[in-house]
Amino acid sequence: MYLSPNVMRHVHGWLLLTPAVILLVAFTHYPTVATVINSLYSKGTAIRPSRFVGLANYELMAEDPIFWKVLFNNMWFALGTIPTSIALAIVMALLVNRALPGRSFVRMAYFTPTVLPMIAVANIWLFFYSPDIGLIDNIAAWFGIPGHNWLGDPNTVLPAIIVMTIWKEAGFFMIFYLAALQHIPPELREAARLEGASRWYFFRRVLFPLLMPTTLFVLINAVLNSFKLVDHLFVLTKGGPDNASNLLLYYIFESAFSYFDTTYAATLTVLLLALLAVMALAQFFLLDRRIHYR
Amino acid sequence: MTKRAPLAGRLFDGLETVAAWVLALLWISPLLYAFWAAFHAGEYAIHFDIFAPLTLDNFREALSQAPFLRYGLNTFILVTMLLSAQLVICTLAAYAFARYRFYGSDIAFALVLVQLMITPEILIVENYATLADLNLIDTILGIGLPYMASAFGIFLLRQAFKSTPKELEDAARLEGCGTFAILMRVYVPLAHPTYLAYGLVSISHHWNNFLWPLVVTNSVETRPLTVGLGVFGAPESGVNWSILSAATLLSVAPLLIAFLLFQRQFIQSFMHAGIK
Repeated sequence: MYLSPNVMRHVHGWLLLTPAVILLVAFTHYPTVATVINSLYSKGTAIRPSRFVGLANYELMAEDPIFWKVLFNNMWFALGTIPTSIALAIVMALLVNRALPGRSFVRMAYFTPTVLPMIAVANIWLFFYSPDIGLIDNIAAWFGIPGHNWLGDPNTVLPAIIVMTIWKEAGFFMIFYLAALQHIPPELREAARLEGASRWYFFRRVLFPLLMPTTLFVLINAVLNSFKLVDHLFVLTKGGPDNASNLLLYYIFESAFSYFDTTYAATLTVLLLALLAVMALAQFFLLDRRIHYR
Repeated sequence: MTKRAPLAGRLFDGLETVAAWVLALLWISPLLYAFWAAFHAGEYAIHFDIFAPLTLDNFREALSQAPFLRYGLNTFILVTMLLSAQLVICTLAAYAFARYRFYGSDIAFALVLVQLMITPEILIVENYATLADLNLIDTILGIGLPYMASAFGIFLLRQAFKSTPKELEDAARLEGCGTFAILMRVYVPLAHPTYLAYGLVSISHHWNNFLWPLVVTNSVETRPLTVGLGVFGAPESGVNWSILSAATLLSVAPLLIAFLLFQRQFIQSFMHAGIK
């Protein structure tokens, strides 16, 4: 049988794609659809099999105070980590992007937390935060400040985790600003200096606007990370005390693997997927693609 | 005026240098602290005395309390297996997207990109069920399988293949190379920087990944380092700080040493991969 090269092109294309397609469908597309369907069914038990319940699980979710708490925690977590890490990342990039004694050491110091697993970071910081015997309380004791249970107090647990996450992420965002700064022509700084512009004015009116595409790119990635990264909770708080540090993905994990309520976990997952989809659309419409697709 | 400006400039430069160093020391101090605690006896954990005797006891203790060498081996197997599979699968798919115009290629590409947003660990419940159906719970293959077709890898390699001059392919075809030979002799060698960048990002990502391996594994023979460390460091296990620091350093050491040795490549790779 002879097939024209034209037909063979289609066949070849799909053959090359086959292994990737099978795996992607099995672990991304099929589970996405299955999650949506599962969220519309009741939890099956030995006596009562699972049945279609429409949006009942979503009503349950809307009435679940823990769900709302977790969602707001996620929002505060994002608000607490993202602007500060981005500001620090810009400062770090500006500091390193110039002649500086020991520049490679300084850059390494900023970037190192990025290569560490979140679980190791949490182990190290767990000791800083532990009450009385921990490092922070010991330093505070020199100044006569009494010890505090940073991770056990609902008022301080989220800020404590936010500080740790900023430490972990700022250096990662720095490298994108470094890359962007290297593409900014040096004549601009020269011109600004000749015009007598102050450093702050030059940053505010020239550098910062030029870095805007990078900021948007980093911003969206940071928001995604704030929903995807929950590893530290396993070591530091397990979402407690009283869900004060619980985040959405951790709550999904708990619902599925601690409470064995897979339909509720599916419902929560659908909400997470919706949030991620909104983010994807934002990325698509907000980012100037020409700047990032070299 | 002409005299004062450079002086003020120098002053600012000096201040910036100091600021850069202060921030750097502040940033590295948690890690330095972990080293301090790991190499000193427990009583020096919060008592900083330069003359405190160094010791390896914490490492010995950590290794005797949990099989970190086995965990390390598991992580190594996982990362190697995963990267090998990713390179093959992503190369084939990227080649199809870069050089073939076939029915449905645009839709297929859009569907591939979905995985950039929806990573396998977000769908833990369903993926766990799938893995159970495949009888792959508590296997290293099971940890790796959902990540083998990496949208990120396909995307990066497609970009690299697209920027390869078409004339090289035409020349190879004239020399009598078939489709597969062209891929292996023209496209793959020229995309070498992209392979390096993707490889480093993939290795560090999966070395550090925690949630999905935690869900999938439940025995010493399959647990990667991160999960082993998570189990070891759980507050209820009540290990002391110095030993925990030693265990933490043991788990991050291979990657950290690789990073310190190949710092430039690592940073360049993350940049390259992030900017896409």
